[in-house]
Amino acid sequence: MLENKIDRKAWFYLAFPLLLLSVFTFYPLVKTILISIFSQYNPMTDTFGAYLDLAAYGAIFNDPYFITAIGNTMILVFISVPVSTGLALLIAVALNSIKPLQKIFQTIFFLPYVTNGLAIGMVFSVMFSHPLTDGLMAEGLINTLFGLSRDWVGVTATRSDWMFVVLVYSIWDGLPFKILVFIGGLQNISKQYYDAAKIDATPKRRILRHITIPLLSPLISYILITSFIGAFKSYESVLAVAGSTGRLLDRNRWTAVAYVYDKIGNVGLDSNFVSYYSRGAASAVILFIIILIFTFINLNISKKRVHY
Amino acid sequence: MIQYMNPSGHYRINRKLKEQRALFVANKSMTYFFLFVMAFIVIVPFYWMLNVSFQSSNEVLNSLNTSLFPKEFSPQNYVSTFLYSSAQQGGITFTRYLSNTLIVAVFSTVGGTFFSILVAFALARLNFKGKELIFTILLATMMIPGEMLIISNYITVSRLGWVNDDGVGSFLAMIIPFFISIFHIYLLRQTFKQIPNELYYAAKVDGCKDFKYLRTVMVPMAKSSIITIVILKLMGAWNAYIWPDIVANEKYKLVTTWLRSSFTDQDATGVGRVLINYQMAATVIVTVPLLLMFIFFRKYIMSGISRSGVKG
Repeated sequence: MLENKIDRKAWFYLAFPLLLLSVFTFYPLVKTILISIFSQYNPMTDTFGAYLDLAAYGAIFNDPYFITAIGNTMILVFISVPVSTGLALLIAVALNSIKPLQKIFQTIFFLPYVTNGLAIGMVFSVMFSHPLTDGLMAEGLINTLFGLSRDWVGVTATRSDWMFVVLVYSIWDGLPFKILVFIGGLQNISKQYYDAAKIDATPKRRILRHITIPLLSPLISYILITSFIGAFKSYESVLAVAGSTGRLLDRNRWTAVAYVYDKIGNVGLDSNFVSYYSRGAASAVILFIIILIFTFINLNISKKRVHY
Repeated sequence: MIQYMNPSGHYRINRKLKEQRALFVANKSMTYFFLFVMAFIVIVPFYWMLNVSFQSSNEVLNSLNTSLFPKEFSPQNYVSTFLYSSAQQGGITFTRYLSNTLIVAVFSTVGGTFFSILVAFALARLNFKGKELIFTILLATMMIPGEMLIISNYITVSRLGWVNDDGVGSFLAMIIPFFISIFHIYLLRQTFKQIPNELYYAAKVDGCKDFKYLRTVMVPMAKSSIITIVILKLMGAWNAYIWPDIVANEKYKLVTTWLRSSFTDQDATGVGRVLINYQMAATVIVTVPLLLMFIFFRKYIMSGISRSGVKG
């Protein structure tokens, strides 16, 4: 055949990209796991040390900041994803049922997608701003509108306050992609179902519950899985909304990913002789395992629940 | 069914029909109301960004409450933001951040797309031992979060001497680890697969070399997927923040780092007060190119994301 002689030629196409992928994707994957289990990994000499003892895992689970980080991540995941998915579904259904202005609305709802997440996060931070000392800066939009003087995202903000703003921002930021996917799905649903429902004078809510949602369920499960994975990795959103300048973020506001990044450049050992790099690697592995378990559960549920 | 027509010959609207129509109108207006409220919420941050960016420094620093419109329209904020530099940031201004970003964007986009095309072509069209294995490995690694890799990648680039290097090293550290995107390879492979094999055989019979076939037949046919990848790559480079900020030397950082820098009042009287109007001008400057891109390449961006689910 024409194709059998080109074994060698194929490698000409593959060699360089695969080399890069091996160095920067496959190798680090294995290495991260190794760093996490050898608790005295030395990043300066790149040696693993003699202690294969998983002590890094013990260290992070005894680290209150890691526990807080996981907690913050979980709050973000389990509130922002369901709320924004539900809201996106409602908006998509509403958009799909109108004719005039539909295109304009669609463009508006898509806008948050093509922006820089950091930039808009900072805008939210300014909208919720509060001067710590009078006369240092103006109260932000929200405080002015509602006559409050609450510190939402500043240094003295409580966990529920800054988390609230981060959640509002994450929901806002997550909407456009979901709306786009749902609208695509809605337009693929055959009109027959709705005509049949109309003949039976089915109320709108029942149509939504018994026709639209079941027929959209594959897309809903796809959206849920991808957004859950994305939310588990959130860091920049918290940084932009509740951080000060640069990458400075209060330790109580860390997410799991923030915890990992914090360990980069932190050579040396902690008070229990566990390398900071090993702790970072261990938390990355834990995050990966959480995501894996979660995706697996999600897939299993959707297998049972997703219709057709 | 009492009476369908009144003596004058007009249809008489049945009461039930009237009720239904009222319900329909109520439903529609509810829908529009809901959409207007949501659209308003979506737009507010954009408006706020513009509003604050045009307020004068005096206003943002010295008023108690914020106002819905700039009291004193100050477009000169943008000029000041462009020229802003501080010793902490290595003393460079926006133009330098911008040129750094453009260098990273051009190299990672051109190179990354080129190599993605090569790999996708080999996986979609050529026949060789281990093809299925390679493809399976690629698919499996696509699921792995990038955060799993950063620690080892940081060690690799720092042992190569690239981290904080005052020169090409900074660029290499920003570009090379993310040069090849498995997702883009996957996307292109799927597109290439749809091109019928008969074309390839016909070209072979005519003595066309593989590479020429790829260049003259496959690439033009997969144009829209390739443009999508180029746009995703460009947006990715424009929005990249944490990794470049960690590895690059101060003078080689990107616009996102500039965006996150503290724009402070440099007057002798009020040193260290944050100028949120400059900060918002910076967010506008970073956002506008993305919006322009969206206006011109709307179709490709939409099709790209509906297939990917990844931002940038």
